[in-house]
Amino acid sequence: MIGSVFRASALALGLMAGTLAQAGEFIVVQSTTSTQNSGLLDHILPAFEAETGIEVRVVAVGTGQAIKNAANGDGDVLLVHARAAEEKFVAEGWGVERLDVMYNDFVLVGPASDPAGVRGGSDIVAALSAIAEVEAPFASRGDDSGTHKAELRHWQSSGIDVSAASGGWYRETGSGMGATLNLAAGMGAYALTDRATWIAFANKGDLVIAVEGDARLFNQYGVILVNPEKHPGVKAEAGQRFVDWLTGADGQAAISGYTLDGQQLFFPNAK
Amino acid sequence: MQNFAQEMQAAFALVLAGDSELLGIVGLSLRVSLFAVLCAALIGMPLGAALAVGRFPGRRAMVVLVNALMGLPPVVVGLIVYLMLSRSGPLGVLQLLYTPTAMIIAQVVLVTPIIAALTRQVVEMLDAEYAEQMRSLGLSRLATVPVLLWDGRVALLTALLAGFGRAIAEVGAVIIVGGNINHVTRVMTTAIALETSKGNLALALALGAVLIGIAVAVNALVSLLGARSRAEALAHA
Repeated sequence: MIGSVFRASALALGLMAGTLAQAGEFIVVQSTTSTQNSGLLDHILPAFEAETGIEVRVVAVGTGQAIKNAANGDGDVLLVHARAAEEKFVAEGWGVERLDVMYNDFVLVGPASDPAGVRGGSDIVAALSAIAEVEAPFASRGDDSGTHKAELRHWQSSGIDVSAASGGWYRETGSGMGATLNLAAGMGAYALTDRATWIAFANKGDLVIAVEGDARLFNQYGVILVNPEKHPGVKAEAGQRFVDWLTGADGQAAISGYTLDGQQLFFPNAK
Repeated sequence: MQNFAQEMQAAFALVLAGDSELLGIVGLSLRVSLFAVLCAALIGMPLGAALAVGRFPGRRAMVVLVNALMGLPPVVVGLIVYLMLSRSGPLGVLQLLYTPTAMIIAQVVLVTPIIAALTRQVVEMLDAEYAEQMRSLGLSRLATVPVLLWDGRVALLTALLAGFGRAIAEVGAVIIVGGNINHVTRVMTTAIALETSKGNLALALALGAVLIGIAVAVNALVSLLGARSRAEALAHA
């Protein structure tokens, strides 16, 4: 009874507010903050929308949350960067197929004063060990995002248990890349970030790139159509067109065409 | 540090120039929050008045509950509404997630307790004052509700403004159920959160100043209406 009343009033509310919503075909893409905050999606999506008439609505959250939202059926396409989690998503049946889209790399940024003496290096694991050695402040995403997962892998390689240092020199912000960089800039901490967000970030303070160029800092993005057999509400046809476009010649060219301050932020590598 | 004065100027220049992007965001903020306050008033005012004049078991407990719900954390409301509206949730078939309607629903949940609690207080005071008089006119307790609500209309405007302030300022709920989608569900507060995460602190602050300006304008308008209504009431007295 109460349920049906709530349902009816929600419906009525929906009808009354109907004028607020926009008409036309659209898909919801669950993606990560790095693709949005770097300006990539704003740059490439208009071309797809003009070509197909399909509006792309982007929900930009951490990779972990994006994957959970997609598993709930609250999105048609998933565009994230955590390969193991993506493959698990497909293996569990939530996604149809995982395809490579593009890559860039992670960089370790830190204060110009460089208390751990790691600046200019290209070995991420050695750098993290040095940071832990002198207990220099380190700002972690701590939010199960793609960047957070990558960071934890490198800590694991270094054999350091950061959970013991949590709240001390190791600070978990539990928020997005931008918020974490704001905190790192404010307290002079080191942080791992994807290069795209870093280049586009406007509040660097005295943070500079400390470590880059390690092959282990490779950052691959993948795209997955949410499985319409699991969630009949998924707009499979429109979603598939977006996946095809993104991994096809036009989408790939659009990705490599996006530059900021003369630097290319993402490198297409769809097969 | 970035140049705040410059960014402020740039933001206000955008407003004055009628920048369609910014006006769209401001317009959506106002439409969502005003509509949410309207819905919350339609639920909260009768509820608050009933709590004030009603005499039924559990009334005290309900008053305490409604007062406590004024402090509902927006993130929790956002999460609950998300779980309800998700495709996997009980109301998923309505496909309301990531729409302005979802944001309105979340804000109604947040604002209704505020309006109900403040209404209860206003009506309770009026009821204490006029109860005997009304009873002598042969009005039942329930029948006095519309009379008391009308009598307290100026004070109730403050309840509406408190609700509006909560709705227009919150970010935790609308960012979860709206998704901060450009041109669809992006409002002032989620735009501020986005610019902050891009490190555009000055622009974020300038947008905040615009938001405060809107709040001041709405409050001034309501205050004018209230003053006029009070003057009319005095003229009729």
